[in-house]
Amino acid sequence: MGKKLLLEHIDVPGINTLSVYRSKGGYTALDKALKTMTPDAVVEEVKTSGLRGRGGAGFPTGMKWSFLAKPEGVPRYVVCNADESEPGTFKDRYLMEKIPHLLIEGMIVSGFALGAKSSYIYIRGEYFYVARILEQAIAEAYEAGLLGKNILNSGFDHDCYVQVGAGAYICGEETALLESLEGKRGNPRIKPPFPAVAGLYGCPTVVNNVETIAAVVPIVNMGGAAYAGIGVGKSTGTKLISASGHINKPGVYEIELGVPVEEFIYSDEYCGGIKGDRKLKAVVAGGSSVPILPADLILKTANGEPRLMSYESLADGGFASGTMLGSGGFIVMDESTSIVKNLYTFTRFYHHESCGQCSPCREGTGWMEKILHKILHGHGSISDVDLLWDIQSKIEGKTICPLGDAAAWPVASAIRHFRGEFEEFVRNGHSIKDVRHYYRLNGLPEPAYS
Amino acid sequence: MQIDQKREIRFSDETMATVQKIIKRYPEGRQKSALIPVLHIAQAEFDGWLSPAVMDYVASIIGIQSIEVYEVASFYSMFNMKPVGKCLIEVCRTSSCWLMGAEDVVKHIENKLKIKDGETSADGQFTLKTVECLGSCGTAPMMQVGADYYENLTLEKVDSLLDQWKVEGKRSRYC
Ligand SMILES: Cc1cc2nc3c(=O)[nH]c(=O)nc-3n(C[C@H](O)[C@H](O)[C@H](O)COP(=O)(O)O)c2cc1C
Ligand code: SF4
Ligand code: FES
Repeated sequence: MGKKLLLEHIDVPGINTLSVYRSKGGYTALDKALKTMTPDAVVEEVKTSGLRGRGGAGFPTGMKWSFLAKPEGVPRYVVCNADESEPGTFKDRYLMEKIPHLLIEGMIVSGFALGAKSSYIYIRGEYFYVARILEQAIAEAYEAGLLGKNILNSGFDHDCYVQVGAGAYICGEETALLESLEGKRGNPRIKPPFPAVAGLYGCPTVVNNVETIAAVVPIVNMGGAAYAGIGVGKSTGTKLISASGHINKPGVYEIELGVPVEEFIYSDEYCGGIKGDRKLKAVVAGGSSVPILPADLILKTANGEPRLMSYESLADGGFASGTMLGSGGFIVMDESTSIVKNLYTFTRFYHHESCGQCSPCREGTGWMEKILHKILHGHGSISDVDLLWDIQSKIEGKTICPLGDAAAWPVASAIRHFRGEFEEFVRNGHSIKDVRHYYRLNGLPEPAYS
Repeated sequence: MQIDQKREIRFSDETMATVQKIIKRYPEGRQKSALIPVLHIAQAEFDGWLSPAVMDYVASIIGIQSIEVYEVASFYSMFNMKPVGKCLIEVCRTSSCWLMGAEDVVKHIENKLKIKDGETSADGQFTLKTVECLGSCGTAPMMQVGADYYENLTLEKVDSLLDQWKVEGKRSRYC
C-alpha cells in the first residue's frame, strides 16, 4: 500500500465534520504554522517539498508563491481553483465532498504564508451541493475561531469565501477564473502581467488547484524534506488520480508518484484491470487535453522502460511517444473503442468551451468538430485527415491561453498513433456509424481497426 | 409552456437578505463580483430561466448596467436564456460517459419523452439537454437534475426515475 497523505482518513465516518477531522489530527498544521513558523518559513517548506501544481501544468508551487509581489498597503489574495472541468477529472470534487476541512485548513495556512487576509474558493457551478458542504465547513471553522479575526490568538486574520461559477470550462484557466470572480465573462487575460503581480481586482494573487492547497497541510505537518522523500525524482509526494472508462474499479486513487502504469491499471489496489478482461487499446492519462497513447506506449516508453505515473516518465519521449500527467484524469479505453468517435467527443467539447477571443481557437475547434463529424458519418476523404492535422498545427501555440493547445493535442496524438483507424472510417464510415455499439450489440469479433 | 407575464419580479425578503449578504462579501466597489451567484438565485427563484426582466432586476440590485448582466448571463452554459421545463435533465456526453453508454441514455430519454436533445416536452414537464463533463466520470454514465447527480445510470434506472418524476411533477431543485 502506498502512502496516503490526503485521503488517509477519507473513510472515517463524519470526517466531513470539524470535530472528527480534528480528532484525526486536523488543524495541527494551522496551529503549527501560526504558533511556531513565520510566513516565509512556510513558503520555504513548500519550496523544499518540491510540490508541483496539481491543476494540470505542474508548475512548482513554492516558486509560484515566491513570485508573489508584496507592495506596501495593497491586499493580496489566495484563490483556490475548484473549477474542475477537464473531462476525466473528478478528484477535487471527491476531496471537497468527503474531507472539506482539509481544503479549508490548506486555505488558511496558504493565506498565512502569503499574507492574504481573504481567500476565495472558485468552484464550478454544477458542484452546487459541494459548495454547500464547503460553506458548512467554513461556518464550523469560524465558530471554532479557525477563521475570522485573531485566529488561534495569533493575531492573524483571515476570511474565506466560496464562489460558484456557472458552467464554463475556460474559467479553470486562472485569468479567466479571476475575470469570472470579478463578475465578468470568462475571457482569459493576456499575460503578462501574471496574477502574482496583478490578479484579483488588480492585486497580487496566487491561484492554486484544490489538491495543491490541500497538500500544503501534510507538508507543514511532516516538513518539506519528508514530503520530498516520497515519490520519484522531481515528482514528489502523492497525487490523486481520477480513473474512469473501461476498468473494473473506477474512482479516485491517491498514489505515490512513481507507481508503474501497468500496476495502476491492472492491480486490485487501483483500477483492477480492464472490464470483461478485454484488451487495453488506449489511455488518456491526464485529462482530455493530454496526448492519447496506445496500449504499448502507455505501458512502456519508446525505449522499453516501464512507464511510471510521474510527471517525467509520462512525458518521456515528448509528444512523439509520450504524454503528460496533467490533472491526473486517467481515461482507459478497451479494444472495442473507436478512437475517432472518442476524439469527436473531445473536439466537440473544446469547440463548445472556446471563449471565442482568438480566431485560431474559435474557428479551428469548430472546423475540427465538423470534419470529424463528417469522417465519422462516412462522408470524409483522406485529405480531411491531413486537413485536421493542418488545422491543429495552426492552433497550437498561437492563442492567448492554453485552451488552444489543449484542443490541438488530442487531435494530433490521435492521428499520430491511430491514423489507420481514421482511414478505415473514411473508407467504410457509412457502414460503421457507431463502432463500439455496433460490434458489441452484434457480438461480432474485434473490428480490424481496433 | 406557460409563462406568467404578470408575475412580479421581486425577491422575497428572505432571498433579498441572502443576496445582500453575498454582495457584502466583496471589497468596496467590487460588488459586480456578486453577479454570478445572484443570477443563480434569480434563475432558481423565477422559473429556471433568466428573462430580460429578471436580468434588469438583478442589474438594479447590484447597481450595474443591464447590458453587463446580459453579456455575462449569455456566456455561461448554466444560465438558461429561454424557458425550460419544470424538470431540466442534463446528460453528460463527453468521453468517459460516452465510453460507458451515454448515447444510449440520451436516445432512451428522447424516445420515452418524445423530445429531442434541447427540446421541452409538450406538457412543459421535462427539458432534455446534453452537456459536457460534469466531474462524475468515474460513475458514468450520469445525468444532473438541478443540484442533484444521478450516477452509474442504467436504462432501467432512468426509466423508473422518469416515471416517478412524471407522476410527482418534479421540479429541478437548486440549492
Ligand atoms: C482551459 C484551461 C482549463 C483549466 N482548468 C483548470 C481547472 O479546472 N482546475 C485547475 O486547478 N486548473 C485548471 N487549469 C490550470 C490553471 O490555469 C492554473 O494553472 C492552475 O489553477 C494553477 O494551480 P496549480 O499550480 O496548483 O496547478 C486550466 C487551464 C486551462 C488553460
Ligand atoms: S485560446 Fe480559445 S479559450 Fe483561450 S483565450 Fe483564445 S479563444 Fe479563448
Ligand atoms: S465525462 Fe461525463 S462526467 Fe466526466
